[in-house]
Amino acid sequence: MSRIEFKDVRHAYPSAAGQAPVYALKEISQVWEDGGAYALLGPSGCGKTTLLNIISGLLTPSEGSILFDDREVTQLPTTERHIAQVFQFPVVYDTMSVFDNLAFPLRNRGMPEPRVRERVTEIAAMLDLSDRLNQRAAGLTADGKQKISLGRGLVREDVNAILFDEPLTVIDPHLKWQLRSKLKELHQQIGVTMIYVTHDQVEALTFADQVVVMHDGAVVQVGNPIDLFNKPRHTFVGYFIGSPGMNVLPCKLENGQPVFANNLLSSGYPVDTDISGKLEIGIRPEFVSFCDDGIPVEIEKVEDLGRYQVVTVKHEAEQIKMLVGEDQSIPSISPQIQFDPASLRLYCDDWAVETPDA
Amino acid sequence: MTIELRNVSLRVGAETHIYETSLSLQPGQFNILLGTTLSGKTSLMRLMAGLEKPSSGRLWANGAEVTGVAVQKRSVAMVYQAFINYPSFSVYDNIASPLKVAGLPKKEIDAKVREFANLLKLTPMLERLPNELSGGQQQRTALARALVKGADLVLLDEPLANLDYKLREELRDELPKMFADTGATVVYATSEPLEALLLGGYTATLNEGRVVQFGKTSTIYRHPETLEGARVFSDPPVNIAAIEKRGDTAYLSASVSWNVPAKLAAMPDGKYKIGLRPHHLSPNGAGVEVDGEVQIAEISGSESIVRVIVEGNNWVSETHGIHSYEFGQSTSFFFDSSRCLYFDANEMLIETQL
Amino acid sequence: MRKSTNQKAWWLVAPVLLLVAFNAFIPLMTVVNYSLQETFGDNVFFWEGVSWFEKILRSERFHDSLLRQLLFTGMIIAIEVPLGIAVALSMPRKGPWVSVCLVLMALPLLIPWNVVGAMWNIFALPDIGLLGYSLNSMGFDYDFTQQPVSAWMTTVLMDVWHWTSLIVLLCYAGLCSIPDAYYQAARIDGASGWAVFRYIQLPKMKRVLTIAILLRFMDSFMIYTEPFVLTGGGPGNTTTFLSIDLVKIALGQFDLGPAAAMSLIYFLVVLLICWVFYTVMMRNEEQ
Repeated sequence: MSRIEFKDVRHAYPSAAGQAPVYALKEISQVWEDGGAYALLGPSGCGKTTLLNIISGLLTPSEGSILFDDREVTQLPTTERHIAQVFQFPVVYDTMSVFDNLAFPLRNRGMPEPRVRERVTEIAAMLDLSDRLNQRAAGLTADGKQKISLGRGLVREDVNAILFDEPLTVIDPHLKWQLRSKLKELHQQIGVTMIYVTHDQVEALTFADQVVVMHDGAVVQVGNPIDLFNKPRHTFVGYFIGSPGMNVLPCKLENGQPVFANNLLSSGYPVDTDISGKLEIGIRPEFVSFCDDGIPVEIEKVEDLGRYQVVTVKHEAEQIKMLVGEDQSIPSISPQIQFDPASLRLYCDDWAVETPDA
Repeated sequence: MTIELRNVSLRVGAETHIYETSLSLQPGQFNILLGTTLSGKTSLMRLMAGLEKPSSGRLWANGAEVTGVAVQKRSVAMVYQAFINYPSFSVYDNIASPLKVAGLPKKEIDAKVREFANLLKLTPMLERLPNELSGGQQQRTALARALVKGADLVLLDEPLANLDYKLREELRDELPKMFADTGATVVYATSEPLEALLLGGYTATLNEGRVVQFGKTSTIYRHPETLEGARVFSDPPVNIAAIEKRGDTAYLSASVSWNVPAKLAAMPDGKYKIGLRPHHLSPNGAGVEVDGEVQIAEISGSESIVRVIVEGNNWVSETHGIHSYEFGQSTSFFFDSSRCLYFDANEMLIETQL
Repeated sequence: MRKSTNQKAWWLVAPVLLLVAFNAFIPLMTVVNYSLQETFGDNVFFWEGVSWFEKILRSERFHDSLLRQLLFTGMIIAIEVPLGIAVALSMPRKGPWVSVCLVLMALPLLIPWNVVGAMWNIFALPDIGLLGYSLNSMGFDYDFTQQPVSAWMTTVLMDVWHWTSLIVLLCYAGLCSIPDAYYQAARIDGASGWAVFRYIQLPKMKRVLTIAILLRFMDSFMIYTEPFVLTGGGPGNTTTFLSIDLVKIALGQFDLGPAAAMSLIYFLVVLLICWVFYTVMMRNEEQ
């Protein structure tokens, strides 16, 4: 177990001579506390897998250093970093039984056989694999194989961190939550640092205590699920988290208050009147509601999702999504909407304008 | 084009992949096939396309029988889960390929390709090869190729499953608009109930090769004819429990009971089953109170999904707001009994909510 | 996926069937005919029944050449398979050298077989050949035209040079299909190079290796051109393998009956071993 620190890490893949390097990972300085459950959340190509491979040592960063418990490990090979990694596609040694698969990392390190047996049985029980220990690994289903991959990481006693690279990709959709819960349970039981890479916000928000949101090679925000949802510091975070994502609408400032569509939006936002740049407000669909005297809109689409309805409305050229309760009725004659002032956030050039209480 | 399946079934060797079913699909809306991975969605689509011959039954298109007609002669386009494009053709050539096969003049091909490339936001990428594109762009190319054909029947087999979460949302928004004006019959297979609800139209729920129910999506959702239907069309899974009815009271257990609606009260006493959607079970509020032992709590944006054990049943509660629980903690949950779906001994719905 | 059957396809196959019948089936039947009879030419035949088969199966000459053949096939498979795997493992899988290596490996396979024999003949000549001269000047007493051991060595070496590339290319294809994640996982598991080979690479190459071994077995069992050009079957009959012996009997001595019987036995032996191989392979697949 240890504390992992990134100091000014940047990574560019080798490019042709004479061309400027393309950074897959822009400047990152981040601390991963011992025993924490972290998620790296972001769309494809944002650099999260690159980051993971740098932690595990499968990739050496072109700049910067990595420290495990204040010890420099940047040049240390993978085997000496005591890291376990679970990949997107289950990796099992087909010719071996489940037991032998789990025992493999221990036997490679010369652990005496009785201790191996003890450890494997313990981990197999945690993963509900006890009744299949003697089966050939190749015969298991996808989620069984991923459990074996996970087990091979857990079975080692000297593991500093376990890294997951979109591990639920091949799992049947209706079995995903089982493996998700199992991972969370294991984290609570064992307490080893776990870093989980995904593009699925449900997986990230469920699993992690701290979520690192990445976009285009940079870390955009780090926070717990509640903060990320309620106080997104970047429009990308607002858009990416929540389904549907946050509405981002252009606005102007008048006397320090944001104005949208000629409606003064009271937001408790005493702002510097000399902010310049692209000004936008962000409001989540949950906090948009119908009212009697507000912004006039046209209703474009209503989708019934069971527990709520997603209503897409339009004001001039701007499209706004709102969530309306299951049984609530939608006004058909000149509908008007309002935004909950407490949930309104102001953004300048995509970054949140902090209010005194933020 | 109206597609009709009459008593169609598919048997491969000793296994039945599709049990006898009859369906009628209309143009101008999304016809969704909803079911888990091996439920038979792909087999059914292949039957509709003509890639497989049915073991029994007949297929009709626009009033003409097409059962034995080879797929090349039918007006069909298909998009798959794995982004399938001709790897050595540029995006332009990929989209143009069905038109070239049809023998259209060059000018017309060019105009059409550009039209659909524009619709799918592929114009800056027309000269690139598929492996130079991102997943979303590759799938858009496949969609463009399917659209440009102007086929009467378009089959989409879980086309968004391999894409990023957010990309999936965006494309899902755009798909109905893309197909709205073509007049084609669109069949869309998915394993996510939420997608079915978002896309609207008509839905056929499938389970293990059987078409459980077919009808307007929201109707199927709110009035599943069978317990199986309720199960298939629910994510997180619907809460099921056995109850015993005596007179006009339903007993979940000795300590939990409530009054049943008149329709059910009039039926004979005995064992029944209830189905309760997760978002109707909540830790706050009023109604019937049950004790739940918390197994795991998951957070999704602003919702909490808590899995609990209630009277020995595995139940799920979905509520707004973030609630945290300890594993094994015992808390009260509430549900409004009028939201219960009641099923009789044959797992058929007793219509109490109309 | 079940495709609808199309009876018209049989018409398209008919020409091939005729060709096969003409080139293979009818000659085979002729051989069977000859094997059961005795002839001195002029189309005069005397029924012999199975006596040729008995004579051949009992003849020491046949046993000797069969043993020689088995020894030869055994040797080259024992050398070529591990060598082929080793070379395939050391070939780069990415980068600019890949195409260079592939071409180098393919070259020996492209040379006509009698040219291979002729090449090695000259190469191994004890007085003017590079190999022969070097070996002799290093103190070895090497002369493949006179000494059986040298002749065997040279023949085996020639076959290894000629055909190892086939195994290399097949194994290489198998290796390239292993996703990177396996190697990464093995690194993380602390697996040694040997463990990686045994548990990841070898299992994935199994299918490909089976085909490679089967091909090499069949080809080497029927080998004729190269050893014939190299040694002519000599010195004496020390490198007279089955097919060389067969040709000697049939064309040299013009004993058509025994030759026909021998070739049928030969054919059945190869068929039997292939069938065994195939069954074992299929059973492994089902597991």
